[in-house]
Amino acid sequence: MYNQKVMDHFMNPRNVGEIENADGMGEVGNLRCGDIMRIYLKIDPTSDVINEIKFKTFGCGSAVASSSIATEMIKGKTVEEALQITNKDVLRELGGLPTIKIHCSVLAEQAVKAAVYDYATKHGKHYAALENYSPEDDDHDHDHGEED
Amino acid sequence: MKTIYMDYSATTPMKPEVIEVMTDAFKHHYGNASSIHHIGQEAKVLLQQAREQVAQLIGAEAREIFFTAGGTESDNWAIQIALETKPGKHIITTNVEHHAVLHPLEALEKKGYRVTYLPVDEYGMVTPEQVEEAIEEDTILISVMYINNEIGSINPVEQIAEVAAKHGILFHTDGVQALGNTPIDMSTNKISMMSMSSHKIYGPKGVGALYIRKGVRTVPLIHGGAQERKVRAGTENIPGILGFAKAAELAGASLDQHIEKLSRLRDKLRDGIMNNISDAKYNGHPVLRHPGNVNICFKYIEGESLLLLLDMKGICASSGSACTSGSLDPSHVLMNIGLTHEIAHGSLRLTLGDFTTEQDVDTVIEEIKPIVERLREMSPLTE
Repeated sequence: MYNQKVMDHFMNPRNVGEIENADGMGEVGNLRCGDIMRIYLKIDPTSDVINEIKFKTFGCGSAVASSSIATEMIKGKTVEEALQITNKDVLRELGGLPTIKIHCSVLAEQAVKAAVYDYATKHGKHYAALENYSPEDDDHDHDHGEED
Repeated sequence: MKTIYMDYSATTPMKPEVIEVMTDAFKHHYGNASSIHHIGQEAKVLLQQAREQVAQLIGAEAREIFFTAGGTESDNWAIQIALETKPGKHIITTNVEHHAVLHPLEALEKKGYRVTYLPVDEYGMVTPEQVEEAIEEDTILISVMYINNEIGSINPVEQIAEVAAKHGILFHTDGVQALGNTPIDMSTNKISMMSMSSHKIYGPKGVGALYIRKGVRTVPLIHGGAQERKVRAGTENIPGILGFAKAAELAGASLDQHIEKLSRLRDKLRDGIMNNISDAKYNGHPVLRHPGNVNICFKYIEGESLLLLLDMKGICASSGSACTSGSLDPSHVLMNIGLTHEIAHGSLRLTLGDFTTEQDVDTVIEEIKPIVERLREMSPLTE
């Protein structure tokens, strides 16, 4: 059901773990739907480069793979660059996901945004890409069913 | 890598004796059982023998067995029989039935029928008293599954059949998981109709039967020729039916040993997992249970990930998590026995069968612990 790249990232996930005293931490998803993604960031204050990133995910194979590849895509990028990454980029990097699993890639994008938002809030930073961002919105807009 | 198949409740591999009978049928018994010539008549004789073999497994008469294309057709047909032969608009069932019962009933609700979905207890079971209380003046059918396909609990269907009979209401049971896994004797109970499937008892897919007690008025679901005493049209699937019958014969010949051996392996597997892994919940009834069913929820992890990692070790299992059910929610069975989303998402069903060995059970016990630990390490829920 998953391609080789997705399976590789599921079986050998990159950047799993936590960062103590992370500069930014974001968690998205909910238990009802069965996937929760948490991302930790260490960011260089002068260059704004994400030099360390870790994740923890509760979820299916594609949720783990999406988290893993998103951390790879973002590591070493500036915050502004990281904020440009969308779920479509995550999907493209993974070589696609089954239709009912697309939301996992959305979750990865949202987790990155949530972690950066946390960083920005704590450090008094402003990013254009976060101007319309509200942490309440990132709660997992599934497109495969009704919410209660 | 050795395959360890522990998904017998999804489907079973065929027994070699079954394949042999079917191969012979494909080669030699190609006749249409409705034909006058000797090739057709030979097929007709074999068909009758097959009917007797299936009947024997459940203590029924041959004329009470109607072959179908499987469990789902049988469930739909049983409902149709109630609709067309009984006046009334009310049906009673449970909220943990297979979709082959739930979805046709949901469709009927849109056509003006009322359906009572009895809530189950923590084991997924209903009581005869619950059923009796739900009966209304125009109840035409009570349908309660014999053994739950996910958590293995065995409902008191014989007592429920008594209640239904007392009120003159048809009682149907989805017996797909029960057939060949628990003793069934139609000569001593009052079940009106029971659905059966061949591929759950080491027979071929695409064939099953509906038991219809003599005296129950019957109407066709599938209209056409005069097959199956004019109530189930379509040229009989002779190889499939003969394979089903052989599987039924084998199941009947070793039912006690089958139940004894599987129950022992099942409990060993349960203990091996439950004693080794913390934060796990065993689902389903401890004793009144399918002999090969183990269903466990592991907290903090998600079922599909667990299945993928087990599969990497050659272990075939299933789960009721949302991701594996293809829907937003975990399985209705797990939710309706009162589990939270968090727990239900981490469900694992291991179902054992006649080819399961002691070694298989040992291997699964050994392999599963590091897999659960690995996923828990990755989980944000485990602080």
